[in-house]
Amino acid sequence: MPATGPLATHTGPYFGDFGGRFVPEALVAALDELDDAYHKALADPSYGAELARLHRTYTGRPSPLTEVSRFAAHVGGGARVFLKREDLNHTGSHKINNVLGQALLVKRMGKTRVIAETGAGQHGVATATAAALMDLECTVYMGEEDTRRQALNVARMRLLGAEVIPVTNGSRTLKDAINEALRDWVANVETTHYLLGTVTGPHPFPEMVRDFHSVIGEEARAQLADEIGALPDAVMACVGGGSNAMGIFNAFLDEPSVRLFGFEAGGLGISSGKHAARFSGGEPGVLQGTRSYLLQDEDGQTIPSHSVSAGLDYPSVGPEHAWLHDIGRAEYRPVTDVEAMDAFSLLCRTEGIIPAIESAHGLAGALQLGAELDGWGLDHPPVLLVNLSGRGDKDVATAAQWFGLLDEGENR
Amino acid sequence: MTTQTASPVGARLDELVDGEGRPALIGYLPVGYPSVPGSAAAVRAMVDAGVDVVELGMPYTDPVMDGPVIQRAVEAALQRGTRVRDTLRVVEQVAGCGAPILVMTYWNLVLRYGVEAYARDLAAAGGAGLITPDLIPDEAADWLEASDRHGLDRVFLVAPSSTPERLELTARASRGFVYAASTMGVTGERTTVGARAEQLVADTRAAGAHRVCVGLGVSRPEQAAQVGKYADGVIVGSALVRALLEAPDEAGGPAAVAAVAAGLAQGVREAHR
Repeated sequence: MPATGPLATHTGPYFGDFGGRFVPEALVAALDELDDAYHKALADPSYGAELARLHRTYTGRPSPLTEVSRFAAHVGGGARVFLKREDLNHTGSHKINNVLGQALLVKRMGKTRVIAETGAGQHGVATATAAALMDLECTVYMGEEDTRRQALNVARMRLLGAEVIPVTNGSRTLKDAINEALRDWVANVETTHYLLGTVTGPHPFPEMVRDFHSVIGEEARAQLADEIGALPDAVMACVGGGSNAMGIFNAFLDEPSVRLFGFEAGGLGISSGKHAARFSGGEPGVLQGTRSYLLQDEDGQTIPSHSVSAGLDYPSVGPEHAWLHDIGRAEYRPVTDVEAMDAFSLLCRTEGIIPAIESAHGLAGALQLGAELDGWGLDHPPVLLVNLSGRGDKDVATAAQWFGLLDEGENR
Repeated sequence: MTTQTASPVGARLDELVDGEGRPALIGYLPVGYPSVPGSAAAVRAMVDAGVDVVELGMPYTDPVMDGPVIQRAVEAALQRGTRVRDTLRVVEQVAGCGAPILVMTYWNLVLRYGVEAYARDLAAAGGAGLITPDLIPDEAADWLEASDRHGLDRVFLVAPSSTPERLELTARASRGFVYAASTMGVTGERTTVGARAEQLVADTRAAGAHRVCVGLGVSRPEQAAQVGKYADGVIVGSALVRALLEAPDEAGGPAAVAAVAAGLAQGVREAHR
């Protein structure tokens, strides 16, 4: 379906053939209530002012833009690389942008409890944080496998007063945590808001969560204009559900000179079957409320995804990404576990920044693109903008094991 | 969207409600547990024991409307290799057993098969229609057309949270009956059936539905009798599935299911209206 009007303000429920509301009827009233509360809030200047105040005084926005020249030397092609530092937000990732926006809506709707799913734990930590700040009861569902690989974030959520429920169904990762959150929501929808953490799920989540994160791209665009007086040539981000990518893409969607790249988890490689590369290995289908690209078998059963990064380990992707893919506005490519961990290590050693393993997929993408830049025919050094969506404290144990950094005795 | 097309399940409900003056007993079992032939045998046993309409579950990896009992059975069915085509095969095997067969399915399985192709093959196998827990009429244009073309029933759900406008939309789109969720929640046995169920049935009828059946949380004969006083049918799932899960071996499954079904069948016969 051809796009009409500006892409950046496209609204749901449909993004081309994708999106919609594939949910139990029991949830429709709550989704309508949320949609209504969101659009009323947008029309109310006091809502925007309160969110902006929280971002300034609590989140720490604007997040800085950092040029990383020692890292850029490894990208090659004469590129200049700028990182949008969402890792420096309070709670350590971009997730707080969406969480504060939704939590203010929860107060407006008069609900008293929030539930959330989390993969890497970043969205769960952000939700637990907002719940503490705004006096909301909070339950976070997390796959048992993820509670193990992101144990630090489990402890953080509990410190913040949230109940963390390890999910032992299915593949015990993000997808299964979302199933449990949906079951909780159906049963408790009158008092409870499902604070969904990414640009997927039923309408209005994809549109609303994108809007809450669009501040990332808007700031970066203004910061780059100040710094170099130009638009970037390429904007790139990792894509799990796709919220940090939509957040940084949105301000550039209607600038045809800016190429947009999303990097998915290629896991052990596409041919291994163990990955989360929905655009390379998936086909359109419905999962958890929305129609998008999906890892599924020939019967339509969901195929479990694999990634070294818990936050990208999801078999589907936000419907707006599916649409941007099909209309050719954004390109999506896989990055393997090995490539991501190499980029992770490189950023640590060249720039003194420990990224989240999720964000390291975007950095690895920049390294992949480096080899192609000469062919872009630019009359200036290529400018690459990468969303550094989160910091890597939570991943230190995984990285220490991956790189063999600790001696036997030091390993616990 | 018309209800002019003859309804296989609607005809059965008319016989029971208008003819015998009692509600229907609708029994759910998933295909493939304890095995594909084992599930067909269990379906036959529950029909012989008094189930009037069969709800045959197609196992799915992400059953968000199901509680722990049904999750356990469908996960096992999938681990044992149950396929979508097995459901059509079981429909074919049990279609002549005396009860219309509705398939309960999450939507992606039908999308993947092809909505038109699935409707055609289900009708050819002798199936009566579909119950679709994660498909609302707003997203169902393809299915409304295909079900009309192949004379299939389409059972959509309503919930205590549904607005009058949505009750009307759902009543208009449904054929066979409207599935009223007795409570806000997922499938499973509960000690009491939601107090809002009776009001929901009345509201759904007022919104234009001819037949309204109640499910979620109904597991015991006395609950079936109580719900049957106001509903056109009583839908039981987890209690039947639990009987299968707790059967000592595969051979004992049908008898265990039949025992539970017989009690429930007694319950709906006590629901004089």
